[in-house]
Amino acid sequence: MTTLTLAKALNEGLRRSMEDDPKVLVMGEDVGKLGGVFRVTDGLQKDFGEDRVIDTPLAESGIIGTAIGLALRGYRPVCEIQFDGFVFPAADQIITQLAKMPLRSLGALKLPVVVRIPCGGGIGAVEHHSESPEAYFTHTAGLRVVACSNPADAYTMIQDAVRCDDPIIFFEPKRRYWDKADVDLAAPGLPLDRARTVRQGRDVTLVAYGPMVKTCLEAAAAAEEDGRSVEVVDLRSLNPLDMDVLTESVTRTGRCVVVHEAPVFTGFGAEIAARVTERCFYSLEAPVLRVGGFSTPYPPSRLEDHYLPDLDRVLDAVDRSFAY
Amino acid sequence: MTADAPRGVDAPPELVQLLTPEGERIEHPDYDIELTAEEVRSLYRDLVLVRRIDLEAVALQRQGELGIWASLLGQEAAQIGSGRALTDADMAFPTYREHGVAWCRDVDPVKLLGLFRGVSNGGWDPAEHNFHLYTIVIGSQALHAVGYAMGVQRDGAEAATIVYFGDGATSQGDVNESFIWASVFNAPVVFFCQNNQWAISEPLEKQSKIPLYKRASGFGFPGIRVDGNDVFACLAVTRRALQNAREGQGPTLIEAFTYRMGAHTTSDDPTRYRLADELEAWKLKDPIERVKAYLFKNQLADQEFFEKIDAEADALGKDVRSRCLALPDPPPGAIFDHVYAGAHALLDEEREQYLTYLAGFER
Ligand SMILES: Cc1ncc(C[n+]2csc(CCOP(=O)(O)OP(=O)(O)O)c2C)c(N)n1
Repeated sequence: MTTLTLAKALNEGLRRSMEDDPKVLVMGEDVGKLGGVFRVTDGLQKDFGEDRVIDTPLAESGIIGTAIGLALRGYRPVCEIQFDGFVFPAADQIITQLAKMPLRSLGALKLPVVVRIPCGGGIGAVEHHSESPEAYFTHTAGLRVVACSNPADAYTMIQDAVRCDDPIIFFEPKRRYWDKADVDLAAPGLPLDRARTVRQGRDVTLVAYGPMVKTCLEAAAAAEEDGRSVEVVDLRSLNPLDMDVLTESVTRTGRCVVVHEAPVFTGFGAEIAARVTERCFYSLEAPVLRVGGFSTPYPPSRLEDHYLPDLDRVLDAVDRSFAY
Repeated sequence: MTADAPRGVDAPPELVQLLTPEGERIEHPDYDIELTAEEVRSLYRDLVLVRRIDLEAVALQRQGELGIWASLLGQEAAQIGSGRALTDADMAFPTYREHGVAWCRDVDPVKLLGLFRGVSNGGWDPAEHNFHLYTIVIGSQALHAVGYAMGVQRDGAEAATIVYFGDGATSQGDVNESFIWASVFNAPVVFFCQNNQWAISEPLEKQSKIPLYKRASGFGFPGIRVDGNDVFACLAVTRRALQNAREGQGPTLIEAFTYRMGAHTTSDDPTRYRLADELEAWKLKDPIERVKAYLFKNQLADQEFFEKIDAEADALGKDVRSRCLALPDPPPGAIFDHVYAGAHALLDEEREQYLTYLAGFER
């Protein structure tokens, strides 16, 4: 066991991946000497050289487009998009090419490209630095979309993502980068496409991923003081979705609240609500509720505490669920 | 230049320069400029005042009053020179570091601070100043500027458009597409690239193998490199390029060869990637000191003048500081304002729900 921040756990995971497979490349803006603006790639260029840890020109479409070419040639690029809001210049390459080329080749081509995106708000940043673009990518068939929420998972998930032969959008909750926890560097970890129940409870299931897992755990602890037993599921993988864990949980608790930072309207929570309703209709005591951002652009940072779901808003939704 | 050698220590030969770092006035066959003593003093004043605004903003960030700040330190001459070349009818499209250009366009500096403080994502009316909003996504605004210029062209107006971006931005698809558009439509636009040698930690060599001004020729319009620390040269070159644009001669790319003296932003740590001697070499090219030397040498200003400007800068710094501290947080309901021009039922519902929820805490 060793104690690592989430950022350092990713760094260790990337290091392992690069040691294990000489075809693994890290590429992006400022990933070299600077080690990335969040230092996730810190020290990698020093140890693996400029050919494997590539400071790219400032061009996101270029980063993903050339990563596709490198993958076609047998490499396994791990691309860093500096901030969530800057993935959009690369959206064309991700959506029209990365996601669809394997199918186009009837499976002859594999594109093992990982696109790492620090996501979400809560760090007092300016525009385009706090967004939650997951729905754009979960909506795009051909991509796997995952989100880590804690150091131990981050460590294994990044390695599994690099090993995976499919393109993966890998979300990292930037405001949790500095959270520390014990990580067993030898443990295999849960498979990449599985959800995990991170807290057991009887009365209601909170469903979250990435930055909101911690918020939900805090809400669950607070609810316990009021005598409510709250279960928390960390989805980990958004596409594919692990419906078995969700179905089992909600069938037992009878209530479900989905929490994410992105706007609720056509957000990822809508998919969960629909699927849980289909699977658990006869067990549900209340409609599946959603807590998330408003139908507005992410606000200037002085207002972000209002926009981001916090413990109170999660508990309020739990109360509303019980009011049915 | 290799990646590890200090860059810019020897000025590239093709650089348009009218005022040396020592404050000597030199002639240029194509780009000379006549400036009255009053005009030079006024340029000096602008340089000093925007530097003070910048220093005050850095201090405010350090004290936790701004979330982040992108400093213009070292780039004052590029911004004031080009900014003063604009006429009222010209339109400017900035990125996020153009505080000096904003100053030339009469945008209240406190509005710039408000953006970095997080009270708004913009905060001024672009039409009021002919100064567009700051753009954070690198390179996006280059296409907007070209489109705007195409509109100016269609209107038959006597105006040009200028767009600012950095050396790193020249790698973006949008910037390259904007070059193509401007060229084939002969748009009245000036591309003003402040090559401050770095894009966060990446030196120019990670973006381009050729001098940036040479990019223009591949797209079919002229490119020119100017000493970005020389306010006279920046003024002269930009004025000419804008005039050419207005006269129907199409776009120009200006590369202002300058240096980012501070960190990329207050969140950055340049000691991780750049050498101290580079900074020292560039200190000797300071844009303010050379105008000061010129004014002194030619007896166009006396000690009293410099003291007066310093006092004015102090007062401006104080004023900016106190008004920044007084900027109130927007009310929570502001999240829902201005998202759409017209009524929007879902937003109205969310606003009402959230304000009701908040009111619940007051009981
Ligand atoms: C599309 C996009 N990608 C990444 C970023 C993050 N970022 C902000 S500034 C910057 C470097 C910009 O360098 P340059 O264009 O040279 O301008 P400078 O800040 O040096 O003036 C980067 C990578 C961004 N803002 N937009």
